[in-house]
Amino acid sequence: MEVNVTVNGAQHRVDVEPRMLLVHMLRDRLRLTGTHVGCDTSGCGACTVLLDGTPVKSCTMLAVQADGRSVTTVEGLARDGQLHPIQEAFKEEHGLQCGFCTPGMMLAAAALLESNPDPGDEDIRWALSGNICRCTGYVNIVKAVRRAAGAMRQTATQAG
Amino acid sequence: MAVAEQERTVRGIGHSLRRHEDDRFIRGKGTYVDDIVLPGMLHMAILRSPLAHARIVSIDTSKAQAAEGVVAVITGADLAAHNLAWMPTLSGDTQAVFATDKVRFQGQEVAAVVAEDPYLARDALQLIDVEYDPLPALVDPHKALEPDAVLIRDDKEGQTDNRCYHWEAGDPRATDEAFARADVVVTLDTHYPRCHPSPMETCGIVADVNQATGQATLHMTSQAPHAHRTLFAMVAGLPEQNIRIKTPDIGGGFGNKVPIYPGYVAATAASLLLGRPVKWIEDRSENLISTGFARDFHMHGELALTRDGEMLGLRVRLVSDNGAFYADAQPSKCRAGLFHIVTGSYALPAAHVVADGAYTNKAPGGVAYRCSFRVTEASFLIERLVHNAAIELGLDPAELRRRNFIRPEQFPYTSATGFVYDSGNYEAALDLALQQVGYDDLREEQRRARAEGRLLGIGIASFTEVVGAGNHKDYDIAGIKMFDSAELRVHPTGKAILKIGVQTQGQGHETTFAQIVASELGIPPEDVLVQYGDTDNVPYGLGTYASRSTPTAGAATAVISRKLRDKARQIAAHLLEVSEEDLEWDTGRFSVKGAPDRAVTIQDVALAAYTNMPEGLEAGLEGVHYYDPPNMTFPFGTYVVVVEVDPGTGDWKVLRVVAVDDCGVRINPMIVEGQIHGGLAEGFGIAKMELITFDEDGNCIGSNFTDYLLPTSWETPNFECFATVTPSPHHPLGAKGVGESATVGSPAAYVNAVIDALGHLGVRNIDMPVTSAKVWEAIQQASR
Ligand code: FES
Ligand code: FES
Repeated sequence: MEVNVTVNGAQHRVDVEPRMLLVHMLRDRLRLTGTHVGCDTSGCGACTVLLDGTPVKSCTMLAVQADGRSVTTVEGLARDGQLHPIQEAFKEEHGLQCGFCTPGMMLAAAALLESNPDPGDEDIRWALSGNICRCTGYVNIVKAVRRAAGAMRQTATQAG
Repeated sequence: MAVAEQERTVRGIGHSLRRHEDDRFIRGKGTYVDDIVLPGMLHMAILRSPLAHARIVSIDTSKAQAAEGVVAVITGADLAAHNLAWMPTLSGDTQAVFATDKVRFQGQEVAAVVAEDPYLARDALQLIDVEYDPLPALVDPHKALEPDAVLIRDDKEGQTDNRCYHWEAGDPRATDEAFARADVVVTLDTHYPRCHPSPMETCGIVADVNQATGQATLHMTSQAPHAHRTLFAMVAGLPEQNIRIKTPDIGGGFGNKVPIYPGYVAATAASLLLGRPVKWIEDRSENLISTGFARDFHMHGELALTRDGEMLGLRVRLVSDNGAFYADAQPSKCRAGLFHIVTGSYALPAAHVVADGAYTNKAPGGVAYRCSFRVTEASFLIERLVHNAAIELGLDPAELRRRNFIRPEQFPYTSATGFVYDSGNYEAALDLALQQVGYDDLREEQRRARAEGRLLGIGIASFTEVVGAGNHKDYDIAGIKMFDSAELRVHPTGKAILKIGVQTQGQGHETTFAQIVASELGIPPEDVLVQYGDTDNVPYGLGTYASRSTPTAGAATAVISRKLRDKARQIAAHLLEVSEEDLEWDTGRFSVKGAPDRAVTIQDVALAAYTNMPEGLEAGLEGVHYYDPPNMTFPFGTYVVVVEVDPGTGDWKVLRVVAVDDCGVRINPMIVEGQIHGGLAEGFGIAKMELITFDEDGNCIGSNFTDYLLPTSWETPNFECFATVTPSPHHPLGAKGVGESATVGSPAAYVNAVIDALGHLGVRNIDMPVTSAKVWEAIQQASR
């Protein structure tokens, strides 16, 4: 079956088996390996991508369901060689260790900050609760999201 | 420039340098094993036993062989033809690669399909017909040790029961005498449940064997590439120089990636036989049901004390549930790991530990889950016993600890079971923790809360760890001595490559090890490329687990840096035309004493080492050092946890976690604290929710993330971290290692807090995981 999908702003036409999972299309067909697989029961969030801006678990969606839609993966977070504030903040606050959960974590955080530019710790912890991290104990991830929010608000004020 | 200031400018030891490795990870440009694609690569999927114990009557692979995309189906019989059906374990036992005679646990590897596509490989698994003749499953290790229990390891010659080891430590006579003098004996029976390290990335391999040259390149998730290469050479009979293990980026390990798994061996065999690269990536259920689990210790502890709280002796009887094969990752002399550190932080004059291991119909591979070889179980037992002893004696648990701590002047301290503790100041860590948490006020608040019917609890754990194995005399894995290595090459332009024998899985080695070189040689960390995990490239080492990277390879890095600095001094003397004694070293710069302007930098010296070396001196500025630690290091600390228990539901919420860690000198404080956060979260998970259990037929419960619960950001508490610094006297940098302290120390603090909340009701123990249901039940029982 043919899937027409925009990934990180680029238009793709991919021929897939109807049963192929979105995560496998991204990883194996488009070679976007930043999206990871950590489980097989929708339980970890390592595979999180944004579908028309909303975080989804790409291991729990068929590739064909993405037809006509727009997907953002970790590779699409940076724009014109500029890191996204969330990426900067994850590095600055030591919000990652092995890096395996990080792409999904950052995308879930990006979606949160789209809808809530000034989240409190509870908001952040709730928004990220579909994403498991085994390394960091979350403390620095929460800090990173807060820092990114601050940076993005500042840019927004300057721009406005 | 003052030395301290200069060190800061090179951002060496003590600086919270942001991590080099993050640049690729935050862009999604890491390369984990599943990201590797080789031309002509095939995909392997493994068929696993649905039964916990059964004889294999027949295996019919004909339908699978004929299925679309299938290139080969491999069974135990096929492996046996190449003498690969069994492999040695890290504990000197044998383990089936693919079962030939019997299956011995649910999820055991039985056969594999190799196909052009991973989906097709999975499809074909369903077409393999295996006929099983079920046998009774043994899931209780105590029952397994009964004389008439059905024999699980009938493959082993001379094995007549289900005991996989018997082991003792300490002095039984001295312990009996201590108990005879005791006023009070406090006992505790507790099961440290089976749990699982569950790194976010599962295990996997891309095996690439060139049939023409016999070269095998194995891209695999390994915490110990060199040790694995040697074991592979032994298992597969391949010449060791033809095996190259290359670890890609590793998505967490926590002990799970220490053993060699059947999937690695089978994929390698398949690549060898088929002449094409073969990829095997296990799924999460496979990871949970078949790879290295942790703990599963049934412990009985007795602590003897005087009425005023002096600890006299400790007796421990434990039965470990090792699963179907004795595959624990541990030094070969230590049959129950380093469990005999069980006297903890206390000057306990007498102790005796008796341990028996049982084969059961469960997955093998007792790995240390973020733990130095069973220190976690030991620390949990003693810290729980101390808490209960405080209740029994009517003493404050902090005070009881204080009275019995090994005192600073007693170091080096020889414990009753033979460890020589290097250094410590336990009371300072306790005091800082109590002060930070506001202990006295909290106790007051607890009294007030109780009066209102609220259940507030304060739990303390003052743990001591033992990490950084060897020395080589006492510690080896499968005969390979536990040293570690570093090779440093300083190039003519003053940039360097450091190659280390340990293996990062997220700990940040690329950054911290560069900082060690920066402090020792004055080369800025961004000019030092740190390499690891490719056995063709880096010197031999035993890998990373048991918090050993900094104690071993970190020391090796310091020593080789210093050796190169000595050579650099000779070159500098030549360049400045003075004698070596006339030179002063100031991180990165040699200057002439009394004439500070006459100076050369380490970069000048590096260039001269290749272009203008003194007569008679070997060219180059390179070297390798193998470091054999004189002793292990003993990090310690105190954790205080405050909880509130809901009497109506039994749910408990963590209100505060205050953690004081003393891991000696901190190389990168930011990274150290990150390690502690991770350990505190994993410790919380173990205390509250992580459990792998089995029904009476040996069906694994806890085989996916909906049954095996891991803490998310929502339930994980916030952590407040503090430090004291007591350097290790024998480590060249004074560092001790830290990756595991928090998982070792914190579970007892969480559980003690819950017990503390319920102690006045008469509750003395709730086994982990301390679920709301168990707490509720305990409250009901107590009020009956
Ligand atoms: S891979 Fe775990 S939720 Fe998708
Ligand atoms: S950084 Fe390793 S799982 Fe999150």
